[in-house]
Amino acid sequence: MRAADANSSVKSRGIAALFILTVLVLAVLPDLLSTYYLGLVIEILIFALFAMSLDLLIGYTGMASLGHAAYFGVAAYAVGLLAIKLHWSVWSALPAALIIVAAVATLFGLLALRTRGSYFLMITLALSQVAWGIAFGWRSLTGGDDGLPNLPRPELAAHWSLAGDRPFYFFILLLEGAGVLLLTRLATSPFGFALRGIRESETRMQALGYDVWRYKFAAFIVAAVFAGLAGALYAYYNRFVSPDYLGVFRSAEVLLMVILGGAGTLIGPAIGAAVIVLLENLVSAYTERWLIVIGTIYILVALFAPNGIIGFIRDFRARRAKS
Amino acid sequence: MSALSVTDISRNFEGVQALANVSFEVAPGERRLIIGPNGAGKTTLFNILAGSYAASSGRVALFGRDITHLPAYARARLGLSRTFQITNLFFRLTVLENVLLALQAGNTTASPVLRLLRQDRALLAQADALLARWELSEHAGHAAQDISYGQQRQLDILLAMAVAPKVLLLDEPTAGLSAAEVPRVKAILRSLARDTTVLMIEHDMDVAFELADRITVLHQGRLLAEGNVEAIRNNPQVTEIYLGSD
Repeated sequence: MRAADANSSVKSRGIAALFILTVLVLAVLPDLLSTYYLGLVIEILIFALFAMSLDLLIGYTGMASLGHAAYFGVAAYAVGLLAIKLHWSVWSALPAALIIVAAVATLFGLLALRTRGSYFLMITLALSQVAWGIAFGWRSLTGGDDGLPNLPRPELAAHWSLAGDRPFYFFILLLEGAGVLLLTRLATSPFGFALRGIRESETRMQALGYDVWRYKFAAFIVAAVFAGLAGALYAYYNRFVSPDYLGVFRSAEVLLMVILGGAGTLIGPAIGAAVIVLLENLVSAYTERWLIVIGTIYILVALFAPNGIIGFIRDFRARRAKS
Repeated sequence: MSALSVTDISRNFEGVQALANVSFEVAPGERRLIIGPNGAGKTTLFNILAGSYAASSGRVALFGRDITHLPAYARARLGLSRTFQITNLFFRLTVLENVLLALQAGNTTASPVLRLLRQDRALLAQADALLARWELSEHAGHAAQDISYGQQRQLDILLAMAVAPKVLLLDEPTAGLSAAEVPRVKAILRSLARDTTVLMIEHDMDVAFELADRITVLHQGRLLAEGNVEAIRNNPQVTEIYLGSD
């Protein structure tokens, strides 16, 4: 046990060092990168949080949702509408959006959690399509498929605008960092631990006295709120919201990020998000057939790295340690 | 007051009567053995007691409190714990994590919110002690799916006992154990304090008769006989169903 303790403290020190290094790198990036590449970094940060929030459901709790974009999109529409139509500042629009997302997730969760497995997958897909249908159809409110254009960049105070790329980048970085830290903290807490127990055996958890349904319900809402934070920031970044935010393609894409990186690891889905965002931008410079590329990646991962990039690295290291 | 009181429990599975009007009482601290040939309804009875299945009719009370309609987790919180006939562990978690999850369930040292957010270091010491007692310390870091079947069976019992139950349901605790493992499990069960009431399904009669205070015999879903070890041993009906009438 003592050896294991020492080992884990070395490991946690390693993680702390890696974390500080990451923060430093992210802090100097605006000085090194052009606007275009800084935009890519922002997108990666946003989708990393989005994918990590889905990982709390898939990798930790064992609930595969195919409608996670609903919460990403609802929050994006919420900040969009509040900022454009009611001229709310970011400090009221963002929290309000998260509350709205939590409310929607409460409603959807009550419905979806009556099922499990592939039925859960189907009903989360159906519910997200309802949200998409509203965004697409209610033209007077949402602008239909024209979306909501000209979302203003947030202003912190009267004289300190985030219109510039650099301050906006730090605004995103700060909120993303807080989100990622909070989510990681939750995943490694006794709450997250219980979710992993539920993934392994619901009946055993119940026999031990865990109210499994309540844990799943809480995980569902928490995951939705973090997806909502990512979605709201994406809306501010793009200065535009459209039904695509809520669509099934968005849901499938974030699912692929989780699977590609390695479900149940949090860091894996973040890496998966980076790979997909980079590839998407790279590929779309040459062709519009991005779906073919995504499909190919999915097949390759399913065939050769079923536990994702992180799983692949772990297996590789385990094999090397053995020989 | 009885630790467990079962009144007129019946259960139908699509026309098959798995249990029919079974009633019995278990006194606090008692070791009650449930025996019966295959298909007698023993595991069905356990599943109804634990809340995994609902009874078609009848009533179950735990220390006088009606628990017939409580879900499994609520019964567990009232102190009713169980093992599983088919090993039911957190297979991809480590042995240590398995034990920690069980201890975390029974942990009431902090407020509910704090309990959810902060890992209690004291649980780790408790888990280490339990693993040492069950001679599983060297496997603490192994995934539960990677230890031997006998060790998995023991971990299953360990988890049920780790929550400090008032009533413990053991479904064939020595099935699948090696000859070397049986004495240890027996010793642990024997040393269990009398503030835990034990109901046990067991086929190994050496183990069963040694631990039991009283025995309930089920046969084809009905309660056939009940009594102390001596009375059941000498019951001609019981001898007949076990040895056959011809």
